[in-house]
Amino acid sequence: MTDAPLDFSTEEMLADVIAGLIGDLRHVAVGAASPIPATAALLARARGGGRPYVSLLQSRKHNFFTDGGRELFDCAGQGRVDAFFLSGGQIDGQGNVNLVTIGDYEKPTVRFPGSFGSAYLYYVVPRVILFRTEHSRRTLVPRVDFISAPGVSDDNVFRTGGPVALITNRCHFAFDRAAKRFHLQSVHPGHTLEEVRDNTGFDFDVPTQVPETPAPSGETLRLMRETVAPELAEIYPEFAKRVFEPV
Amino acid sequence: MPIIRSLEDALAPIIDGCMLVVPRESTGAAMEATRALIRRGVRDLNLVTLPTSSLQADLLIGAGCVAALETSAISLGEFGLAPRFTDAVRSGKLHVRDATCPALHAALQASEKGVPFMPLRGLIGSDVLAHRPDWMVIDNPLANSDPIVLLPALKPDVALFHAPMADAAGNVWVGRQRELATMAHAARTTIVTVEKLHEGSLLNDPVMAAGTLPGLYVEAIALAPRGAWPLTLPDHYPNDGAHLAEYARLAATAEGFATYLDRFVHDRRAA
Repeated sequence: MTDAPLDFSTEEMLADVIAGLIGDLRHVAVGAASPIPATAALLARARGGGRPYVSLLQSRKHNFFTDGGRELFDCAGQGRVDAFFLSGGQIDGQGNVNLVTIGDYEKPTVRFPGSFGSAYLYYVVPRVILFRTEHSRRTLVPRVDFISAPGVSDDNVFRTGGPVALITNRCHFAFDRAAKRFHLQSVHPGHTLEEVRDNTGFDFDVPTQVPETPAPSGETLRLMRETVAPELAEIYPEFAKRVFEPV
Repeated sequence: MPIIRSLEDALAPIIDGCMLVVPRESTGAAMEATRALIRRGVRDLNLVTLPTSSLQADLLIGAGCVAALETSAISLGEFGLAPRFTDAVRSGKLHVRDATCPALHAALQASEKGVPFMPLRGLIGSDVLAHRPDWMVIDNPLANSDPIVLLPALKPDVALFHAPMADAAGNVWVGRQRELATMAHAARTTIVTVEKLHEGSLLNDPVMAAGTLPGLYVEAIALAPRGAWPLTLPDHYPNDGAHLAEYARLAATAEGFATYLDRFVHDRRAA
């Protein structure tokens, strides 16, 4: 007996995967320009009946900090932020992220905005989920040109946090902190292992059987469309309209 | 001199070569004041953003007002890269001291406390640290083998921001934008533009007083209704998205940026 296949978008599937990685935590923070991670955090909260606390840093309504911009970082430094999201102009196989320059630092060919909080939050937030919807050899490189924040540190460096996963438009990598490498966790429906290999600039571990990323359940899709989408529309109106409103 | 001044008089302490700290794009950027500084032709600013900036830094850089920049990011957010910043860095014309958000908060907090440095976790092993010869790694003296970064206190000459209101005694209501108070505590002097003047003292009502920066820290205040435009003043007005999109389009080229300045910055001369 099989259920009829559900109709869902890539964004909904990615948000479902990320919500699974967030799981049962106390506090998830989401930075600016991150509609899919924000969807995932709100989905995790809807599933958890109000937990985790979700801080959407660019929202007025979903940002409870009252002590200025520093409060998030002080909070994270104490271990009070359990999960956060980072992206990068480049990400490499050791989990290093580059948000600064490509080419010579003094006279680069490409200049990105800057490191934001990454050079700190990557060290002190236990579960950092890397997220990059462009999965290509341009973005997933053998070695980043500039390390905004390193994936791993020497043993004597204070480090309670770091990467747990890298989610792209093609697949889900888990990060193995001991091996300092990514491990292919699943390939999204409609994509293949060969395609992932062809478009990834770094080496990664591959299981004997590569699972397909599971589709979101009917209940998950209902929660996203009915509960999460209206909350998301406050901050990402265009995204909410495009992804969640039936054409 | 009275504390409430004309915009031009209020901005007089921002002299060529000074270190100027401005707040992030979503907390009250003094944009009317920024346009006045460009009209006046200020030069060689050592600009510090707490901790990021968008249009404000991009305009000052594009107009040739900035010699050095300390920031954790300059971007137009949903409107893309900051084009004049990107161009200035790529051509090697702008010296950037790349930082990370909490480092800027912490270095200003050191100045708030009057101490020479602040320690900060993270950073070790990053190229952010590698390019900061002014930052230092020491071994935590209270533990064994625990390297930690020390950030020298950052003491700007002037803090400049826009706030909802001030009273005649120079007290400024910043509400929950507490980083504006941090900036003012840390800087030698503070200049504020405000939407309106408050009758009476902001310190009389305990609810208002909790969100008030005392006039002790403030050198000058100028009235500038909608003074953060086209950026947001939180809880008052949102970003002018259409304007920011037009800026992003025009400022993509040097010629387009010059057109923008003519249209939105310099034309006030004639008015």
